[in-house]
Amino acid sequence: MNWVLDHIPELLSASGDHLQLALLPVAVGLVVSLPLGWVANRWRVARAILVPVSGLLYTIPSLALFVIMPLVLGTRILDPINVQAALTVYTVALLVRSIADALAAVPESVIAAASAMGYRTGGRFFAVELPLAVPVLIAGVRVAAVSNISLVAVGQIIGVGGLGFFLLHGAQSSPPNYQEIVAGIVLIVLLALVVDGLLAFAGRAMTPWARKRAGVVAR
Amino acid sequence: MIEFQAVTKRYDDGTVAVDHLDLSIDDGRVTVLVGPSGCGKTTSLRMINRMVEATSGTISIDGADIRSRKPALLRRGIGYVIQNAGLFPHRTVLDNIATVPVLLGAKKAAARRRAEELLVTVGLPSELAGRYPAQLSGGQQQRVGVARALAADPPVLLMDEPFSAVDPVVRDDLQEELLRLQSELGKTIVFVTHDIDEAIKLGDKVAVLRVGGRLAQYDTPATLLAKPVDDFVAAFVGRDRGYRSLGFLSAHGVSVAPLPTVPLGSSVESARGSLRNGWAVVVDDSNAPLGWVSGVSLSTVEGELRRDDLVSGGSLYVADSKAGSLRTALDAALSSPAGIGIAVDSDGTVLGGVTADSVLKSLDDARRSGEVPS
Repeated sequence: MNWVLDHIPELLSASGDHLQLALLPVAVGLVVSLPLGWVANRWRVARAILVPVSGLLYTIPSLALFVIMPLVLGTRILDPINVQAALTVYTVALLVRSIADALAAVPESVIAAASAMGYRTGGRFFAVELPLAVPVLIAGVRVAAVSNISLVAVGQIIGVGGLGFFLLHGAQSSPPNYQEIVAGIVLIVLLALVVDGLLAFAGRAMTPWARKRAGVVAR
Repeated sequence: MIEFQAVTKRYDDGTVAVDHLDLSIDDGRVTVLVGPSGCGKTTSLRMINRMVEATSGTISIDGADIRSRKPALLRRGIGYVIQNAGLFPHRTVLDNIATVPVLLGAKKAAARRRAEELLVTVGLPSELAGRYPAQLSGGQQQRVGVARALAADPPVLLMDEPFSAVDPVVRDDLQEELLRLQSELGKTIVFVTHDIDEAIKLGDKVAVLRVGGRLAQYDTPATLLAKPVDDFVAAFVGRDRGYRSLGFLSAHGVSVAPLPTVPLGSSVESARGSLRNGWAVVVDDSNAPLGWVSGVSLSTVEGELRRDDLVSGGSLYVADSKAGSLRTALDAALSSPAGIGIAVDSDGTVLGGVTADSVLKSLDDARRSGEVPS
């Protein structure tokens, strides 16, 4: 434990970096996926292309994606933006399908009713379809967030920082610093659990209607 | 007035859903579009608020072509009740009802106050205001659907098979409620159903459509039953149309004869003494009918009459209400184990009995005086 107690400031600051590296791509990915998911749900042809392609993107190994990014983006090989762009790609890969499925699950009668009440297409999307997609959407965002938190550690190989530093540094020390390695792992797992829990909580807070079922009366 | 002029809807694949439909829908009345599936009734309804665009022909509301208005704006001025209610699952009952006023720019608080009034109007308790649709029964959801359609006080209400997904008892309640609401509100209602009984019960006028979207007959329910224009309409209106047309004839001429009654808890001896033609009606403290006893049924009873000892009765004929038609009177007589229908007043207390003979005699009288179209 001595090593840990001596390095608390570094561990905390690396945790902060780690979160930022992992979660900014989730936010950007969500913004990108929404229109793509909408398009995939709207046109069958678009779905037939977007959903398999996004699934395919997710199968590219993270390290490979990190090193391809400079070629695609024209960035320097060690730029943290490479990792964030790659993680955004993974987020989009996960969410496009979720969003398309969630939108497809909105009952036809609800959509017809919304149109009949006088919603225009855009208004209907934000007032009716998107809120109804939130439970499935949150599930997708939780997976993306946890997956990104774990993948950021891999980014240390191209030197982006975050908690991955302690895994690599601890392993490369001689003799290996197991305290450092374990501290890094525990913190990554802890971050993933906390973020997942917070997202779950936020999802529940946003969808009080989803917990109410016939016969269950709120007092 | 809503006017269809030579309206046709042809889909891209060539199917014709509605074929040269001409129809004038009266203001302040209930007009029912009825027909088998594939007759274009829902398509016709949805063309009124442009959820389906007509291929050719014109639909106008109060003389103005509906195509002169943007669809979304047109729809905010037309109430719409959809099958299965189509409530927004993520909004409370109150916010569902407030949808259109909010779209029209009303303040949320004002729209909710109006929604609370409407909850009462459609016969729902105000405790339901904060619930979500999933917490309501099918019948309650449908009432909320009606309230939502009424929220902006539109002159026209379109109803697309609104009561088809609820069980028969609830459907009956909802139909009665709609008739009561309509008597207060006087909206122009266009109602789609595949159920001819519903059409006849609710419609001031009924348009029968045949497969392929052609109008077969457009008449009042009584005329439809009495004089179907062709075999299709006659078959669609149904085999019992002679019997059902009795529902449009008032039973005021039917004579109500005195009926022997026995209070529950009487001794078997006194019950036996009250029988007339072998039967008597058992009543409760407030003189409401509970069932029948006969010489045969009493032979196995000892001491006092209990509920278990009764022979259950048939339908009741409510004599002093608008619902008192020859049909309900005849049905009461036919369904009674004694062959005598029990006539009750609107409080449910026994007035007397009606026989099938007296109903038929009253029908005969009505025929002779020209009350019945023949």
